[in-house]
Amino acid sequence: MNLNRRSLLQLSAATAALGLTGLPLRAQGIEELVIAYNVNLPSWDPTVGPSAVNPTIQGIYQSVFDQFILQQPDLKPAPGLLTEWGWNEDRTKVIMKVREGVTWHDGSPFTAEDVAWSLARAADPATGNPINFVWSTLANFAVEGNTVTADVKQFDPTIFKWMYFLTGYVLPKAYFEKVGPEGFEAAPIGTGPYMVEKFERNAFVRLKANPNYWGGKPEFETVTLKFVTDAAARVAEVESGSSHVTLEVPYEEYDRLKATLSGTATPVSDIGMIFLNDIDVMLDPNVRKAAALAIDKQAIIDRLLSGYGVAIDTLETPDYEAYDPSIKVGYDPEQAKALLAASGFGPDNPVKFKIQTTKGFKPKDYEMVQAIVGLWRKVGIEAEIEVYEIAKHYELRAADQLAPAAFYNWGNSVADPTTSTGFAMFGPSPHSVWDSADLVEKIAPLWGEADEAKRIQGWKDVSRYIAENAYVIPLLQYVQPVLAAPGVVVTPHRSGALLPHLMKRA
Amino acid sequence: MIVLRALLSRLVMTAITLFGVAVIVFVTIRVVPGNPIAMMLPPGATPEDVANLTALYGLDKTIAEQFLIWGQGVLAGDFGTSITTRQPVLDLVLGRLPATLELSIMALVMAMLIGGVAALTGTRLRGTRTEGGIDIANGMALSVPDFLWGLILILLFGVLAPIFHISGRITPSLDLPFVTNFYLFESLLRLRFDLWADIVSHMFLPALALAIPLSAIIGQLLKQSLKETMHLDYITLARTKGYGENHIILREALRNAILPTLTLVGVQFTFLIGGTVIIERLFSYEGLGNMAIDAVINRDLPLIQGIVILFAVIFTGVNLIVDLTYALLNPRLRHA
Repeated sequence: MNLNRRSLLQLSAATAALGLTGLPLRAQGIEELVIAYNVNLPSWDPTVGPSAVNPTIQGIYQSVFDQFILQQPDLKPAPGLLTEWGWNEDRTKVIMKVREGVTWHDGSPFTAEDVAWSLARAADPATGNPINFVWSTLANFAVEGNTVTADVKQFDPTIFKWMYFLTGYVLPKAYFEKVGPEGFEAAPIGTGPYMVEKFERNAFVRLKANPNYWGGKPEFETVTLKFVTDAAARVAEVESGSSHVTLEVPYEEYDRLKATLSGTATPVSDIGMIFLNDIDVMLDPNVRKAAALAIDKQAIIDRLLSGYGVAIDTLETPDYEAYDPSIKVGYDPEQAKALLAASGFGPDNPVKFKIQTTKGFKPKDYEMVQAIVGLWRKVGIEAEIEVYEIAKHYELRAADQLAPAAFYNWGNSVADPTTSTGFAMFGPSPHSVWDSADLVEKIAPLWGEADEAKRIQGWKDVSRYIAENAYVIPLLQYVQPVLAAPGVVVTPHRSGALLPHLMKRA
Repeated sequence: MIVLRALLSRLVMTAITLFGVAVIVFVTIRVVPGNPIAMMLPPGATPEDVANLTALYGLDKTIAEQFLIWGQGVLAGDFGTSITTRQPVLDLVLGRLPATLELSIMALVMAMLIGGVAALTGTRLRGTRTEGGIDIANGMALSVPDFLWGLILILLFGVLAPIFHISGRITPSLDLPFVTNFYLFESLLRLRFDLWADIVSHMFLPALALAIPLSAIIGQLLKQSLKETMHLDYITLARTKGYGENHIILREALRNAILPTLTLVGVQFTFLIGGTVIIERLFSYEGLGNMAIDAVINRDLPLIQGIVILFAVIFTGVNLIVDLTYALLNPRLRHA
C-alpha cells in the first residue's frame, strides 16, 4: 500500500460516506411528534417505588394512565375517571361516581371495581406505595353500580387532592392480576390518551394515540419521548430538528432559540427556598430576619435567571389556594443591618454560619446561593457555602441534620397548603427543618380541619406567622421553559408536566 | 503446563480482586451520604412509614448481613433487584452491556485507524511539515477531554451540519428484528444494512468523541516505536536489499513496532469503557454508563453494585486477555 495524498483522500471520502449512509430521518412527518424529555423513566408502575414520587416523571405517567380525578393545566380539578366525589354529611364515608363507557388500552371495559381495587392496593403497605399513609385513611371499599364508597378511618381534607397527585392513578385490576407486576412492567396498559407501543429503557418510549380515549383522541397519532438528560444535548435536539419539543433548557438558550422556534415560559408549581434549621445562630430571630431582608430576590431573578421567575414571600405561590398577597418580606438591607447590630453583629463582626446547596440540580442553584452570600456579606453575615448532592440533602433533612441554612426546591402541584407549607414546616414531618413547638402548635389543628374556608385561612395565618418570624426564606417560583418546532402548539401545565395530548398543530 | 499453571494463578488472582471490589463497593455506597429511602420519602411520611420502606428494601439489616445475603444471591446468579426499576439487576446490566461494548469496540477501531494512519504517515513523512502537523494534531486531541470533543461534534455534525444522529442508539420508529442486544453485529449478520447504517449513524459521534484522545495516544506511541525500529539493523538490511520505504514500514518495521501499542490498546480499552459513562450521558446512548449515572443519582444500591462488579469483570478479563495475547505474540515470552 502506498501512503500518498491520493490514498489519504480516498480514506477520508470513505469515512464521510459511512456517515452519510446514516443520515437522520429528518423528513419524518409531524404525525410522529418527537419530544426530547429531560428525565428517564425507570419504571411503569406509577404507584410503587421511587419513580412514583418523582414529580418530573408524572407527565409520562399521565400520558398513559388516568388519575382518579383529572387535573387541568391551571391545577384545578375536573371530572376524570371519577365524575363526582365527596364525603357524606358526617364525613365518615367517601362517595365516588365512576365514569361509564371507558375502556382500557386492551379494549376491556373500565369499571368501578378498578377504582376500588386501585385504592385498596394503594392502601396496602405490602405493595410499597410510598404515599400509603394517605391512602390508608380509607378502608372497606364497596362497589355498587358505578358508585364506589369507602369508610373514612381518619379524616383528611386533602384526600381527593391526592387523587390527582403522586400515586393517584387507576390501574387495571383484571389485567394486573392476570399478568402480575412483571407482566405489567413489560406491557403496561391504562385508560390514558396514549398507549405504550415500544419502550427502550434509558432510550425512548413510543406512544400511540388511544382512539377510544374518553377525553377525545389526541391530535398526534404517534409520540416518541426520547430521554435526553443533558440540557445541552436537548438544545441541540430541537435546534437540529431531531426533536420537535423539549423542556428545561437553560434560560439563555431559551431566549436565543425562541425567535426561531416557538416557546412558552410558564411559572410552575416548583419553588426555590432556603430552609433554616433551628440550631446555632438561627435561634436568634434577628439573624433570621436579617438574612431574609438582605436578599434582593428580584435582582437575582433578573440577573441570574434572565427574568424567568416569580419572587415569593411565603411557600405559597400565586397559583396556590392559600396564597396571600398581603404577606410581604421586602428587600431592606438597612433594616437587616439594624437587626444584626441589635444582636451584636455587623460587617466588621459578621455572624457566621454554613449554607448548603446543590450545584446544577436546579437552574443556577449554586450561582443564586453565591449571590445571596454576597448580599449577606454586605450586611454582616458571613456564610460558608457547602455543595452537596441532592441525595445527601434528602438524607440530612430526614435526619434533621442540615446546616443552619440549606437551599432547596419544593414542588406542590396540587396547590394545597398542606403539601407546601404543611409538610415543609410541620415539625413531626420528616421533611421539615424548622421544628419549633410554637409552629407545631399552630399547624397541628389544621390537618383535620373540615371547614374548608377556615382551613385555608388557617394556613394563610400560619404563612404570615412564618414570614414574621423568618422560619424559612422563600425565594422564587420557577418558570419552566418549553421550546417547540414551528407548527406545534404546547399547552403548558402549571404542574410542570409536559403532556403530549395537550399539544396541537398550529 | 507452565502456561496452564500461570493461567490458573491469574484466575485465582482475578477472583480475589473481584471479591475485594465487591466488598469495597458494597461498604462504600452504604457509608457515603445518600440514603435511597430518604430520597423516596413522600411529604408527611411517619417514622413507621420510613421503617416499613427501609425493611421493604432490606436496608434495616447490618451491612455485614446485607453483604452476606447479597453474596449468597450472587453465587446463585441473583444480583438483586433494582430499587428504581424493580427489575433484576443482572437482566438490566446484561441488557445494556452489548450497547456499551459495541460503542467501545467501534471507538477502539476508530482510534486504531486514526492513530495508525497518523503514525504511519508521520513515520513515512518524518522530518517534514506533515509530521509536525500530525504532532500538533495529536497534542490537541490529547489536551481536549472526550466529553468536550462530544460537545464539539454535536455542534458541528448535529446542529451546524446535521449529518449524524446526536442522541439514542437507533431510530425509535424502526422495527427491530433483533434477538440479542448486539444491534450492530446482529444487523450485519442479518444483512439488514438499513438498520446497520442507522445504528452506525447513531454511534458515530459518541464513538469518535471517545476515539479522538485514544487515537492520539496510539498515534504517538506507534510513531515512536516505528522510529526506533527504523534504526535497527534488519531495517538497514532490508534497505540494502532494495525494498521501498512503504514496504519497509508496513511489512518489516510495523510487525515489531506494534507490540507495545497492542499492550497499550488492551489497557486503554478498559479506560475507554470507563469513559463511556459521560459520553453515553451526553449522547443519551442507552448503555451501561448512562444507566450507571442514573443509578448513582437515585442511590439505586443493588444496581450500582451490579454495574461496578461487571466493570470490574471486564477490566480484569481484558487485562488477562492482553497478557495472554502478549505472551503469545512475543517470542521471548512464548518460549520462556
